[in-house]
Amino acid sequence: MLQKHAKNDHRRHAGEHHVLNWGNFVSQLFNGLVSGALLALISAGLTIVYGTLGVLNLAHGALFMLGGYAGFVAFQATGNFFIAVVVGAAFVGIVGIVIERLIVRFFYNRPEEDQILVTFGIGIVIVELVRAGFGSLSQMVTAPVVVSPIINLGFTIYPEYRLVAFGIVVVALAALYILLYRTRLGMVVRAGIEDATMVDMLGINIQRTFMIVFGIGAMAAGFAGIINAPIISITPNVGDDILIECFVVVVIGGVGSFPGAIVGGIIAGEIMSLTSMFNPQLSQVMLFAVMALVLIARPQGLFGTR
Amino acid sequence: MTTAPRRRRFAFTAELILGLVLIISPFVLPSIGGTSDTLSRILIWGLFGLGFDLIFGFTGLLSFGQAAFYGTGGFISSYLLVSHTIPNVFIALLIGLVGAAIVGTLVGVLALRRSGIYFAMITVAFGEMFFFLENSALYPWTGGENGLPNVPKPSINLPGFDFAFDSPWKLYGLLAVLFFMGYVIARRIVASPFGHVLTAIRDNPLRAQAVGHRIQLYKLSVFTIAAGYAGLAGGLEGTLQSYMSPESFTFETSGQLVMQTVIGGAGTLLGPLVGGALWLYLRNELQSALGLGAAWKLVLGLVFVVLIMFLRRGIVGGISDLYHFLRPTASPPAEATVPAAPVGRPNTPILRRPISDRVVIEARGISKHYGGIIANEDVNFKVREGEIRGLIGPNGAGKSTFFKMLTGEIKPTSGQIFMFGEETTNLDVTAVCHRGVAKSYQINQLFPKLTVRRNLMISALSRARGEFRLDLFRNVDHMDELNADIDETLRLLDLTPRADVKVSDLAYGEKRRIEIGLALGTNPKVLLLDEPLAGMSPQERADTVVLLNHLAVGRTLVVVEHDMDALFGMADQVTVLAQGRILAEGTPAEVQGSDAVQDAYLGGVHA
Repeated sequence: MLQKHAKNDHRRHAGEHHVLNWGNFVSQLFNGLVSGALLALISAGLTIVYGTLGVLNLAHGALFMLGGYAGFVAFQATGNFFIAVVVGAAFVGIVGIVIERLIVRFFYNRPEEDQILVTFGIGIVIVELVRAGFGSLSQMVTAPVVVSPIINLGFTIYPEYRLVAFGIVVVALAALYILLYRTRLGMVVRAGIEDATMVDMLGINIQRTFMIVFGIGAMAAGFAGIINAPIISITPNVGDDILIECFVVVVIGGVGSFPGAIVGGIIAGEIMSLTSMFNPQLSQVMLFAVMALVLIARPQGLFGTR
Repeated sequence: MTTAPRRRRFAFTAELILGLVLIISPFVLPSIGGTSDTLSRILIWGLFGLGFDLIFGFTGLLSFGQAAFYGTGGFISSYLLVSHTIPNVFIALLIGLVGAAIVGTLVGVLALRRSGIYFAMITVAFGEMFFFLENSALYPWTGGENGLPNVPKPSINLPGFDFAFDSPWKLYGLLAVLFFMGYVIARRIVASPFGHVLTAIRDNPLRAQAVGHRIQLYKLSVFTIAAGYAGLAGGLEGTLQSYMSPESFTFETSGQLVMQTVIGGAGTLLGPLVGGALWLYLRNELQSALGLGAAWKLVLGLVFVVLIMFLRRGIVGGISDLYHFLRPTASPPAEATVPAAPVGRPNTPILRRPISDRVVIEARGISKHYGGIIANEDVNFKVREGEIRGLIGPNGAGKSTFFKMLTGEIKPTSGQIFMFGEETTNLDVTAVCHRGVAKSYQINQLFPKLTVRRNLMISALSRARGEFRLDLFRNVDHMDELNADIDETLRLLDLTPRADVKVSDLAYGEKRRIEIGLALGTNPKVLLLDEPLAGMSPQERADTVVLLNHLAVGRTLVVVEHDMDALFGMADQVTVLAQGRILAEGTPAEVQGSDAVQDAYLGGVHA
């Protein structure tokens, strides 16, 4: 039923405004890579926090949105996009630490449902605070131009900023990787994922580590939020869909797995991008269908162990 | 011995109060700003919430995707009406309810493969999937972003009797009747054996499984029931506002339901109604009266966070806690005042039957490997009917792993297991339980939020009803044989005066006895006890040994224990495990004299 309709829609759309050619395909492939990398970064933040603290942060989407707005304010004030990125990310990181100290840390020993509920509530408060401050209408952050707004790649033309964004996100993911796998903090975090009690008993201040990790997770979301702002204009609700897409990413990749978040992110980005080439409206449905398939074939996710 | 008093008070107080409130509300609330529309919407949210509370408050499954079923039910019934496929509103609502329940089953089969946060995330994703489906592939039937306008109002058309629910207050009346029915049904479900198993799943799913309940089927059933409630509520929204909105499918709808339930109080059935009332009232009041505009949701969000932090049981739960706190109760005597000697057990001498030749437990060369780590290797083990077998070994010898393989909690890497001569190697813990094998755990695995009686009932229900039964409308308090059995177990465990105390409030020694009681409640022929004396005081140990000797009458016992004096005094035969293998086997005297056993315990350095 569903497939039949998808096909019909596909013909209709292809006939109307989509030309299925090589250039188009590659450009959609790139789009998928860019949004996939962004999703990977946000999901990595979500999954690191869950892996270390055991808390599924439902305010993660709101923090992503907050990054966009913090960057927007900094951009309005300075006119410099790169300052905006730094300010946006740092601000959300600090907000994350404040939330962890004020609320989340009291929930480490409470049931998972309570953790989910309280972060869900925090998310709503953040969204509504931003709405109270900036209204519901969308805000634009103009993309910085390095060479020219549109780049001719030979077989297709492509917006320059998306390439820049992709580069930045890849660098951010690499930085996160180095932080997690090549530093002392990372070692503590990964040990904490295995057994937080044991790490605590070894005399390492796990509470402080938890605070830092929550801050880093928030910062990853906020950073992605400001990078994403020039691609899709920001509204107070921009984080809702992102949060749900992140869930799909971590379900596909495996909760708590950093590589899972990256592979899951790219897969999700490509599914949505390539499906929208045929039928934009089905792109999300397709994403959830793939998630259902993963659940049937490998319930613990591609990289999951539990 | 007197039987503990069972609650036989007037059982319909809640229904009576609810009925009165529903009747009085239209006359009272309009004077403080409640309109027929607001009241009707509160009832729809309340009905939606009844189902949600069954899965969240009672079963502990936090679903963030209930909008999928609300929307499905709403659009099915609205489409049938708008397209004139079904002219009768009530029949259309019923089809919507069934449709939502079927969709609920399908989603449940996938989502319930995982629990905890995974379940929450998956339900979010499925909820969202339905939202996008409504807007894309299902456009011809749902109208996409436009929704379905002109949904008719219900009416009753019988020969000689015509009645149309054409005014807001008549619709309110209809909704009040439907909500009342929904509430009565939910109450019956909660009081049923089925409902009691749900609370056990919420408190401790692994133990619920181990005492013989097929918890996946229970979860799927209650998920389906909740989807049915959601579907009916969705259909009612369509007919109430003459328009089925795509908003019904959004994540916001699911989120609002969760928030209302938590604010009102999860696990109370009426919590969602109260939460919904507060939500809609605050929205109207804060938005218009106080001129807060869109900030009303900010206020609600803050209230929500504060409630989660400090009043997790919500408004209804808080009121009920306060009521129980203020009401002077005849509190049961604390353990210290209970005579130390076991009073509940008969003082007759223990008459054990002779050990027969029939082998009841047999492990043939079973091994368990975790990657390169060997927990058990080539264990051959036979226990005869009526025997008390001791199982000892140094820490890490593989005793607990071996027990887990016997009960079906884990599968051996190789080898076979037989119980009563039939192979059980590939059966899971629930199935093995119904073969007459139960285990008490080394670390207590109880249902902490339930009373002692209810804990024992969870085991007894498995014995009485098997792995799964959909007995939604049977009342556990009327199952006399079951309750007599529980009274008997309470006496045996010497816990009769503590029957109505919440397990989390018990002393450790008492909890330890319930741990054994849960295994015993399934009436096993083979009882595996993993360190039953661990952490007990000398007096408690002596009492428990007496209890175990009682239990051995007509049963086969395998006991893992580090208290050698107690074990050697009880056991007919002792098996020694070391480094995953069987090191020695024989009578207590033989084992005590074995050099190999002394080497294993002392690390071979004593020579």
